[in-house]
Amino acid sequence: MNHYYGDYGGQYVPEILMPPLQELEEAYEQYKADPEFTSQLNDYLENYAGRSTPLYYAKNMSAKYGIKIYLKREDLVHGGAHKLNNTLGQALLAKFMGKKRLIAETGAGQHGTATAMVGAKLGFETMVYMGSKDVKRQLPNVYRMKLMGTEVVSVDTGSKTMKDAINEALRDWVTNVSDTHYLIGSVVGPYPFPKIVRDFQSVIGREVKEQVMKIEGRYPDSIVACAGGGSNAMGIFYPFLDDEVNLFAVEAGGEKLREDDKIAYHSASLATGEEGILHGARTKVLQNRDGQILESTSVAAGLDYAGVGPELARLSETGRVKPCYITDMEALEAFHELSRLEGIIPALESSHAIAYVMKMADSGILGDTVVINLSGRGDKDLQTIMDMED
Amino acid sequence: MRISQKFEELKDKNEKALIAYVCAGDPDPETTPSIVNALVEAGADIIELGLPFSDPVADGPTIQAATCRAIEAGMNTERYFEMIKDLKVNVPLICMTYYNLIYRQGSKNFVKKCAEAGISGLIIPDLPLHEADELIEICKEEGIDNIFLVAPNTSDQRLDAISSKSSGFIYVVSKLGVTGEGKNISSNVAGLLDKINSNLPKAVGFGISNRKHVEEMVAAGADAVIVGSAFVNIIASKDNVISRLKEITKDLKEGCR
Ligand SMILES: Cc1ncc(COP(=O)(O)O)c(C=O)c1O
Repeated sequence: MNHYYGDYGGQYVPEILMPPLQELEEAYEQYKADPEFTSQLNDYLENYAGRSTPLYYAKNMSAKYGIKIYLKREDLVHGGAHKLNNTLGQALLAKFMGKKRLIAETGAGQHGTATAMVGAKLGFETMVYMGSKDVKRQLPNVYRMKLMGTEVVSVDTGSKTMKDAINEALRDWVTNVSDTHYLIGSVVGPYPFPKIVRDFQSVIGREVKEQVMKIEGRYPDSIVACAGGGSNAMGIFYPFLDDEVNLFAVEAGGEKLREDDKIAYHSASLATGEEGILHGARTKVLQNRDGQILESTSVAAGLDYAGVGPELARLSETGRVKPCYITDMEALEAFHELSRLEGIIPALESSHAIAYVMKMADSGILGDTVVINLSGRGDKDLQTIMDMED
Repeated sequence: MRISQKFEELKDKNEKALIAYVCAGDPDPETTPSIVNALVEAGADIIELGLPFSDPVADGPTIQAATCRAIEAGMNTERYFEMIKDLKVNVPLICMTYYNLIYRQGSKNFVKKCAEAGISGLIIPDLPLHEADELIEICKEEGIDNIFLVAPNTSDQRLDAISSKSSGFIYVVSKLGVTGEGKNISSNVAGLLDKINSNLPKAVGFGISNRKHVEEMVAAGADAVIVGSAFVNIIASKDNVISRLKEITKDLKEGCR
């Protein structure tokens, strides 16, 4: 089995995690085509998650920016983000594998919330690790997780964000391998996670393909998605990889593209990171000269991560996906702009993708028809926005 | 000194090896040499010196905290090798670190520096055997041992593969979990030791923190015990560190006789 995407990927994990990774890979290959598994998953996607989601023509925004802009409405998925596509798939897989307990990391709290939902629905004991900095800035999601019976563990080490939450989740998994499934929230981590998460998120791109054909009679010129770990990006890009469609992965430019020995004042690992090993995969990593991982920065907790999925790193190396970035300030402007123009309040993460389209609409590089993956809704970010306006 | 030479010496004396882990640069780079000297003086047979990494996923809170202190105090890869070069102890030194620090320098470059500094072996807890082909080749050329880990859930097939590719010794992880002082050591370790089909010495680590644990592991068939968090906790206490390190080292070593 090839565990790599070009030079990226692999399984850089403690020996204890080799048996569960092998077990997961085998179970996934067995069940992904199993009629009972797929029919249950499709039922959940339709009746629990609320799929399919609309491909919405943003008329006012299009008029203002002079190109046709469509929004893939993942913000309308139950829970408010694309994350549930993945958690439903993985939790069902864990159920078929006979696991009793789910653990997860979360940045923005959206993946944690989506894990809490499936934990409640499918009867798992559920524990979510969350950096203490993220607990503070995404409190509504912390409360939502608790309401659904999930234990939220605040992680106070390192940068106190998603990177450290993943460390803690890995330590938990190493300790509780036999009955626990680590429900990783993005296309990161050791193989087979990047593949499994990408496959479960690809429902986004498959729907777009059908929808855009129906409306436009052709594929869009460009697809734009924000990238933290890269799951909403891989999910919408993957079905289009062999088509003539430009793919843009928008990372968090944070305050500015600057680093010191400890801190990156951004989270643009595709655009500025260098090859390294983080959380079980070889990928693009924000690191210093020695290889110590930097603390990343972004106004969007879900993008605030020093690594990125290995397949996305590979696709950006080959030039198939174009990495780009948007600063905190630009993302905040887009947050307000979309709210006012379309009556849709986007997540701060998704605001990065929107900001990029607003910024580049005139340049011609996007073509005249664009699909933006609106990966989540902004309710979770209202406190952050209010604090910033004080 | 080569690791194999140390084990031969100990075999002649009918003793087991005490392998002591501390984190280089904890509490600061200036103090580490005196800590290493104290451990060796009091009877540690092999020193495992951690090169601290920002994200040590195989370590529990005790060693995580040591790692933070060391990085805060200015420990880095360059100083690590300088420190090792200046150490004047006649025991094998092992570098324990995470793979990104090696990868970043270029494996060849890193291993060369290890050899020049007098390091005898490498332990990399996040580098499983099937990702290590290149590093194993380089280490062979430079005469550095690759110490791989096996765990209670490692399959027989992997046990055999790991035994055949390891050199120096085999690191037997006593429990499913991360490093840290434990109350009890699992009684299943003896079974795991039995299953490992190799001429290499077998060293048991993770959770071993007192004389009783050491004696149990020796009785279970271990050729060596690896103790880390118990030392690191003393260093963290800042209370009479050197004399307490010596005292516990002597006691643990007694358990190896
Ligand atoms: C709404 C939303 N979009 C995007 C992301 C980033 O994750 P990914 O890059 O895996 O899609 C998150 C992560 O929490 C999120 O909540």
